[in-house]
Amino acid sequence: MKEKPLSENIIKRAMTRLLVPFIQLFAFYVIAHGDIGPGGGFQGGVILGAGFILYVITFGMDEGRKRISRTASDLLSTAGVLLFAATGFACIVAGGAYLQYASLPFSSPQLASHLAIFVIEWGIGITVAGVMITLYFLIGREVQ
Amino acid sequence: MIDFALLLFLVVCALAAIQMKDLLSAIMLLGSYSFIMAVVWTRLNAVDVAFTEASVGAGITTILLIATLSRTKRREMGQTVPLVNSVIYGVVVMLTSAVLLYGTIDMPLFGDPGAPAYQHVAPRYIEKSYEETGVVNFVTAVLASYRGYDTLGETAVIFGAGMCVILLLRRKI
Repeated sequence: MKEKPLSENIIKRAMTRLLVPFIQLFAFYVIAHGDIGPGGGFQGGVILGAGFILYVITFGMDEGRKRISRTASDLLSTAGVLLFAATGFACIVAGGAYLQYASLPFSSPQLASHLAIFVIEWGIGITVAGVMITLYFLIGREVQ
Repeated sequence: MIDFALLLFLVVCALAAIQMKDLLSAIMLLGSYSFIMAVVWTRLNAVDVAFTEASVGAGITTILLIATLSRTKRREMGQTVPLVNSVIYGVVVMLTSAVLLYGTIDMPLFGDPGAPAYQHVAPRYIEKSYEETGVVNFVTAVLASYRGYDTLGETAVIFGAGMCVILLLRRKI
């Protein structure tokens, strides 16, 4: 394949620059809106990761690593699970069972549970996005 | 009517993906298979599942498979299966599908409110989930609250998969 690398194609560059912010905004919406409509951490995290992978496909691995370093994507993958698990431990500290959100000290059990679910959705989303980005960086190879 | 058309497309996509020697085309067909499956889920009013199927099955899986393909050959190696083997496979598949079809005869009708699956815990989720979790979407309530351990486990599995790939493929940790 002796074509020009994708990153030199002006149309693809412009379209990617245009699309990626909207894809990522949609991903945040899906994660944050999971308690009201369809969606949630898994779907939103995958969309967040996919939006970034689109950027990496167009601009190349090196350019992508400038945007999100190896340390950053590793930290993201880890931080999500920790956030989820820490929410569970916070419930123990507040006097309930592990992941018994209603025991968290908020004005009503419903509010506590709702907020905790919101937090763990973000935890799931962050981990999924981080792992997807890591997988692409490690598995993918640039076709020059 | 549209359900039959969708299922027909599904079968055609699956068969074409199996037959395809060009692996990139096979991956594309699997992507469209997942996408049609997402439409089927939507037809069954399972929007959350449809969303997952569209983003995970059609989206990221296709990307990761293509990424994997970039490290290997694009064409499947031509190895012919002996006729005897094909006949044995055919008989086994037909017997299995006959047993499965026989099993569907006793299943309750689609959407039957008296079906056992709707009698066990489903009424509790529908009636009490808002009260107990404060979340409107009870799919999310089940995933995040009633089955919180499962979801934590799934997240840990994804995290573990990521770590395994890092340990296996990254040159310098």
